[in-house]
Amino acid sequence: MRNPIADRVAEIKPSGIRKFFDIVSEMKDAISLGVGEPDFDTPWHIRDEGIYSLEKGRTFYTSNAGLKELRQEISNYMNRKHGVTYNPLKEVLITVGGSEAIDMGLRAMLNPGDEVLIPQPSYVSYEPCTILADGKPVIINLKAENEFRLTAKELEEAITDKTKVLILPFPNNPTGAIMERKDLEAIAEVILKHDIFVMSDEIYGELTYTEKHVSIVELPGMKERTVLINGFSKAYAMTGWRLGYACGPEEIIGQMTKLHQFAIMCAPTTSQYAAIEALKNGDEDIAEMRMAYNQRRRYLMNAFREMGLECFEPYGAFYVFPCIKEFGMTSDEFATRFLEEEKVAVVPGTAFGDCGEGYLRISYAYSLENLKVAIGRLEHFVKKLRAER
Amino acid sequence: MREELLAIIEKNSRIDLKELAIILGVEEIDVVNELAALENEGIICGYHTLINWEKTDIEKVSALIEVRVTPQRGQGFDNVAERIEKYPEVRSVYLMSGGYDLMVILEGKTLREVSSFVSDKLSTLEPVLSTATHFILKKYKDHGTMLTQKREDEREMITP
Repeated sequence: MRNPIADRVAEIKPSGIRKFFDIVSEMKDAISLGVGEPDFDTPWHIRDEGIYSLEKGRTFYTSNAGLKELRQEISNYMNRKHGVTYNPLKEVLITVGGSEAIDMGLRAMLNPGDEVLIPQPSYVSYEPCTILADGKPVIINLKAENEFRLTAKELEEAITDKTKVLILPFPNNPTGAIMERKDLEAIAEVILKHDIFVMSDEIYGELTYTEKHVSIVELPGMKERTVLINGFSKAYAMTGWRLGYACGPEEIIGQMTKLHQFAIMCAPTTSQYAAIEALKNGDEDIAEMRMAYNQRRRYLMNAFREMGLECFEPYGAFYVFPCIKEFGMTSDEFATRFLEEEKVAVVPGTAFGDCGEGYLRISYAYSLENLKVAIGRLEHFVKKLRAER
Repeated sequence: MREELLAIIEKNSRIDLKELAIILGVEEIDVVNELAALENEGIICGYHTLINWEKTDIEKVSALIEVRVTPQRGQGFDNVAERIEKYPEVRSVYLMSGGYDLMVILEGKTLREVSSFVSDKLSTLEPVLSTATHFILKKYKDHGTMLTQKREDEREMITP
């Protein structure tokens, strides 16, 4: 029989997170700090709207781009949060999670050989989605000394004649890094100069702890060349509802909608009704969850300080990214031993790009009680490693 | 800090001061001072424990009693409420809007104890016009805490 698998698919590496999760699921009393989704339930009033929509028999497809009322609410939200106006009928597309929007956006924009700049460490799907859209991923290695922010210099150096799109993954998974207005202004200049487009993945936009998240679309000239991706998973603890969206220029959103029609038809109807409620009345829920995350973030930062573990202070998302270079092991070795000897799962930084070597991603989407047990084990492990050396 | 502090200790009054300071991002001494201030101002009134007595061998009966009273000139409902709240078996007294005036929550060892309190003590107070007693059969949720359901972390492992 012939090989049924396409070469370019076979060549895509499986995600590095997988291996650890397989071990954890076998291990009985293992604690995981690996999960990248909120530990909160979706707020009840949002769930209730989903249930109500089912009771009313709203079980049909919606229009391809999504419920008009939801797109209108997203448009209002963008206005409220970022002071920009998107036409709900032409510039908003409801997708199955932010992930679909990334896929559709890249497919819509890339010609074969177009280069996509991907700052790393970052979420694992930009690279494969670029490859599947016939684009060429070009990695920008972000540096700890810059708090893993993207600098204008790094951007400038990575741009070639073939560069078409810059992925802007902030607030960042896995580092927790954010881009402040001044950081964005610096790179916006380079973006305009070279006439490239931006895919800004702002799925963690509601989860920043020092100041309000700034979107690049707020800067002059940027909205016209940016596909902004967001969703309900992280902000409203709605991961299982699979609902995200993209806002952008009509030209791009129109083509994305065409692809979405053929691949997906429309996002889940129940989720869309629930999401309307989330946008209308969910601000307080976000504030409450943000407060809880921030408490855990402070707890972890303090714990790292006390055990002398180097970690820059992240201001966004729900991850910390401590440095383990002092132990002379790779991230993978550290994470494997930590799991085997202390039964705590963390994700090696290398799962998010080669430049994540020497770091670990620790998620604080866990209760403080859980974190305390895990941190106790980490402290024990760190002491043991130091004694070994 | 005040609002966040209250939100935390309302859920967990046993949290230690050092940890409170860490998660609030302030100094321990600031937490100590703020707690003292809150106690002084009567905002923090106690540090109680939520107990699901149904799971113990100790018998307890709780009842909600709707009380209609005649308000007194110049005193309103305060006098009678302050009279009722003195009984140790009375757990809570609220002034209510709607069809009755005071809601009294009572806890006793037996049904008989509760009913004799109502007939002997509560109903005989001069301003009390009538009472209606409702016994609590089962507590599902108390003080914002679900008593009957225990949740496990059901998140599955997912990549990425």
